[in-house]
Amino acid sequence: MTMEEKMGGSNREDEALDRFPVGMRVLAVDDDPICLKVLGTLLLKCQYQVTTTNQAISALKMLRENRNRYDLVISDVNMPDMDGFKLLELVGLEMDLPVIMLSAHSDTKLVMKGITHGACDYLLKPVRIEELKNIWQHVVRRKKPDSKDRVNALNQDKASGGIGEAVQTSTSSSDQKFNKKRKDQNEDEEDDGEDNEHENDDPSTQKKPRVVWSVELHRKFVAAVNHLGLDKAVPKKILDLMNVEGLTRENVASHLQKYRLYLKRLSSVATQQANMVAALGGKDPSYLRMGSLDGFGDFRTLTGSGRLSSATLSSYQPSGMFGRLNSSAALNLRGISSGVIQQGHPQTLSNSINGLGKIQPVGLPANQNQNGTLFQGIPTSIELNQLLQNKSANHFGELNPVNNPNVFGVATNFPDARMTVGSSSSSLSTPSGSPLLLQANTQQAQRSGAFGNQSSLDVASLNQESFDMGVHGFSNFVDNGRCHENWQNTVQLSSFPSNSLSTCEAFSHEQLHTNNLQESISWRSSHLNDNPIDLSASMANAGLEDSRGDMQCQISPSNNVIHNIDYAAKQQWGENSSFAGVDSLVAGAPYVQHLEAGKLAFNTKLRSNEDILFEQRKPQNEFSQNNFETLDVISSPMIKPEQYNETGMMEGELGYDAFPLGSCI
Amino acid sequence: MDRNRLHNQVASMRRSLFDQLEELQDDTNPNFVQEVVTLFYNDSTRLIQNIEQALNSRPIDFCKLDDYMHQFKGSSSSIGAKKVTNECTAFREYCNAENAEGCIRSFQQVKQEHAILKRKLEVYLQTVRQASQTA
Repeated sequence: MTMEEKMGGSNREDEALDRFPVGMRVLAVDDDPICLKVLGTLLLKCQYQVTTTNQAISALKMLRENRNRYDLVISDVNMPDMDGFKLLELVGLEMDLPVIMLSAHSDTKLVMKGITHGACDYLLKPVRIEELKNIWQHVVRRKKPDSKDRVNALNQDKASGGIGEAVQTSTSSSDQKFNKKRKDQNEDEEDDGEDNEHENDDPSTQKKPRVVWSVELHRKFVAAVNHLGLDKAVPKKILDLMNVEGLTRENVASHLQKYRLYLKRLSSVATQQANMVAALGGKDPSYLRMGSLDGFGDFRTLTGSGRLSSATLSSYQPSGMFGRLNSSAALNLRGISSGVIQQGHPQTLSNSINGLGKIQPVGLPANQNQNGTLFQGIPTSIELNQLLQNKSANHFGELNPVNNPNVFGVATNFPDARMTVGSSSSSLSTPSGSPLLLQANTQQAQRSGAFGNQSSLDVASLNQESFDMGVHGFSNFVDNGRCHENWQNTVQLSSFPSNSLSTCEAFSHEQLHTNNLQESISWRSSHLNDNPIDLSASMANAGLEDSRGDMQCQISPSNNVIHNIDYAAKQQWGENSSFAGVDSLVAGAPYVQHLEAGKLAFNTKLRSNEDILFEQRKPQNEFSQNNFETLDVISSPMIKPEQYNETGMMEGELGYDAFPLGSCI
Repeated sequence: MDRNRLHNQVASMRRSLFDQLEELQDDTNPNFVQEVVTLFYNDSTRLIQNIEQALNSRPIDFCKLDDYMHQFKGSSSSIGAKKVTNECTAFREYCNAENAEGCIRSFQQVKQEHAILKRKLEVYLQTVRQASQTA
């Protein structure tokens, strides 16, 4: 969303908020005229502003016309023209509005379905007025962080003159979450630029005009994707098909990532995921509202402390997975750099995802000596990028220029998904220092492309803090939403103990299992002293095909990290992450071997410095991807590009966000 | 007098029939109850016919039956027709079990309750009309 929009929105919101919940604008959809009438009247009695329609299609149309015209949607489940759940998803995906489901049946299955599709509540008919009197809470719940961010963003924007628009999905109509993320990112970016506290020079240096994914644009995008076939849909081709001026591949990539997450959600293979997603907050694409990007900021501070309060991380609630992941990821990154990824706030984590962008300053910069190292790692990662999915590589390429060449190198790698920690290729754009974060799980490879973008952004910020970059990258990832899942995992990592390693571990433990958390952990290690974080470890992870991206960031300046990670990873990853890889990482070189050929090589390389192995395990489910994303970033730098030839490994599937770590740091 | 009586009658009928609906009627929405009732009256009749048709067709499409019944249950519960709603629930169970016999029997119950309700509604609407005429 452009600033203008935001502002306008804010104004509107402000007004509405003043009298809230009175005047809350509700859109009611139900094919049964009697129910619709009764519902409408009940809502009026609650002093809301009501619009009713008995057709889901026209409801969608109205919403698309102006998303800001409504605060809440209530929809029946059984409708002839469109399934209520489908409508629910679409609204969530495109407009990010809270949706309440309505039905005469109270089947547990139906309710569960509603939740997994993103409903924020489920009411039974006949609807009672008492229940309607409280529905405004859902609006507030969603809006709160947003408004705050928005306000901040606005301020920042004004100050900084506009954030480098992240590619992220349109802030406006599209997923609110995305917007949030973006905002966060922007904020981050802005902050970066503005605040010195962010340490990094904001990634916004790379600011790009923000892309707003309007309905039209999204339709074109979907058409292009369908035309190509989901598997074959790569950002470049999609971009060509869409033929939209001013749209960059990165934009498409990140959007694709989100979209993929969304689809994944639809098919929802892993119940766990679904549950998690549901838990997270339903938004299917759940792009994690990064609402609290600020969290990232915290990250930064964390770096200093390097302590990822696991608590914070853990508190990462699934709902904001993405955000969370980010945060965790960010944390990781940061932590890594400074060794201490402070979780700071679990929420921030989630936000962090958004904030990944923000991550920049992630503590790392100053603290970390690693910074330097991280970056160093990055360059390698950059190379890795190339290894990684090519697509993402592009992104990284951008990163490279970043100061932290090292780090970013990695980041770019991520784009291809490797970076994404979790399923999504959210290759965290390794925030300045921590390109690793960008783990975009290979799956998301395409998405990672999106990340890639991010990373590039981050790269800029990397300069300073390698982590920041990573962080940024993270945020990028976060947007992808997918990441969040991973993030969650990563968040777990957050329990990092104060020591850098611990952080890594922490991450790995919890989150990593599925996601990239590991990476985050690795990050931590990255902060290890100035050794270029060999994210290779993580990269190596990429090799883990099945483990999907257990990115183990073993950033062990002294290789200690590796151990830690391993350990953590192993535990955590029990399920997804093939922590085993971690083990290998620990070994450093050995790990590399696990990873598929190229990657392993990396490890060895990484080892050299303190190889921070990012083992990114691709979370089996999407979740993992997210986590890793951050890790990826870190790892990217680590991973030696050359070795990475296997980028294939990194391909989204791996979840391996193997960011060549260099960037992770 | 006559008008008052009618009005009173309407009011008491309304109260007895629809507690919640009654609440929803106010100055801004003076004819709310009447509108809703009319709507229900027409809509439910249509639904009943659809269900009947579906039941008579062979083989019975339980899915469609369920959908119809779902809608019918929704609307009748929205206006507060408890008995009808209860019968609908019973019907749905039979439907889920794909018990054709049970469905048909249960549906008879539904129709019966609905018929009673319709009669009451008719009287109510008539009284309302009368009251408005005299008013």
